[in-house]
Formats: sequence, structure tokens, C-alpha cells
Amino acid sequence: MRITCPLCGERDRREFNVKGAALDRPGEGADQDAWHSYVNLRQNPAGVLAELWYHEMGCGSWLTVTRNTVTHEVLKVELASETTLGGAA
Amino acid sequence: MIQRGSGLVADLGVKTAWDGLEALKIGAVTLAESAPQSLTTLAPFRGQEAALSKAMTVAHGLAFPPVQGSTTGKKSARSIWFGRDMALLIGPDPDASLAKYAALTDQSAGWAVVELAGLGAEDVLARLCPVDLRLAQFDIGASLRTELKHMMASICRLDKDRFQIMVFRSMARTLYHDLKTAMEAQAARR
Repeated sequence: MRITCPLCGERDRREFNVKGAALDRPGEGADQDAWHSYVNLRQNPAGVLAELWYHEMGCGSWLTVTRNTVTHEVLKVELASETTLGGAA
Repeated sequence: MIQRGSGLVADLGVKTAWDGLEALKIGAVTLAESAPQSLTTLAPFRGQEAALSKAMTVAHGLAFPPVQGSTTGKKSARSIWFGRDMALLIGPDPDASLAKYAALTDQSAGWAVVELAGLGAEDVLARLCPVDLRLAQFDIGASLRTELKHMMASICRLDKDRFQIMVFRSMARTLYHDLKTAMEAQAARR
């Protein structure tokens, strides 16, 4: 598996560390169900999944990697800071 | 003991990470420590990269390095790209004016800095790093962060057959061992 880092280019999977699903963090004052879902519940789809990966051995960016868990195809890689994940006001 | 201000203090000479390790020449490839220099990471504050680059040009004669690149300036000052939104200034102590635009962190002696040179240096690195470091892909002056035998490394091509390799100070002996092993294997194949 190879991931194309927006800064470093195509790199081997061993340079990266996976965190898990890329989820929208509930905003301030969200109810307990929203937090329960954010912290504990995962879809584990056989198909397209967005995940957070850390380019640990490279530039140190957090990336949102969209990949297909069935075909292992990497569909999209973006800097996580440029996506709208998390902290919705 | 040396005089420092009005008192005497112990003379603490710089002991580099490479201390006690000898330079190597195996086949056509040599490995030696770089002369110890002042190292400072420059992490520009949000939106201040252009202003920092300008201040660097005024103070040290070099611009903020582009992604996977490096720049050179006055009095053998160099700066290399050192990761996302970060550059490493090599040589001079950073001018105070830079502190307005970036977080400056002294890294001197925190890194093992070595030079791998000679025909076949590329092939040695090919055994250790999962990136293409051949000249066509990695030109003179290019600088990247990658893995070198499980260590977080910074690699910069100084010349056609000359690389600067940096790892954390604590990993100096591992780096020495891994490079030596790869140099021997590479030499045996020629």
C-alpha cells in the first residue's frame, strides 16, 4: 500500500501511522449520544472508508486518506487541516 | 576551568553524537561526521512564512526553503526543508529578527549529522530508505524526511554523489551500524 502525501509525494505505507476513522467531532454542547457515537461507534464498512493517517516518518502531517477496504485502492489523500473535520461550532 | 564572566566554570566541550566512531571508507563510499554546526528549527507562525522568508533573506541571505528543497546564503549558511511548515537553519545562530515570525528552537548537538559520499552512495541509501533517491528524482539541493531503517531521518543531497544524513542524536550508533552494514553489502556487489 502506498499513500501519496500532498507534501512528500508517493510514499510507502511504513512511513505512516493510522489513527482510525476520520469522523466529524461533535460541536460544543452536543448531547451525550453524539459523543457516544463519536467515541465508540464505528461503521467498519466493506468499501469506501475515510481514515486519519499520520505521516510520522515524513513531513509530520495528519492526512485524511479515503480508501476502499475491499480493493485496497487509495481514492483520495488530503491534509486533514484542509478538511472540515471536527470542532463544528 | 575557563573564565566566564567573573567566575570560573567547567570547560564543557561539545561532544558530538558521533563521538568515538571512526570515519569509514568501504569500496568507493565514505562515511564521516559533518563538522558540528549550529542547528535551529524555524517554525513559522500561521501565515508568516513569507515574512519569515524575507527576514531570513535580510539576516542570513537565504529564503525559506521550498517543500523538499533547500537554500543557501551568506557565510555558508544553509536552510533545509525539515517537515511540514518547518525549516532547519544550519550554520549561523538565528538572527533575533526571525523570532517575530517563527518559533526558533535550538537543535544544535541534538542531531547526528553525517555525510555519505562517493560513487554508489545512492545504492547504499536505496538499501535503507523507501524513497527514490536517484539523481533524476532527488536533485542536488533536494531535502526530504523519510525513514532510514526505522529511524526518522532527514536526507539532503549536497552534491552529485554526496548526501547529508541526519537522525536523532540518540540513534547515532544505530545509524553508524546500519550504514556500515549497507556499505559493506553494496561494496560486495560491485
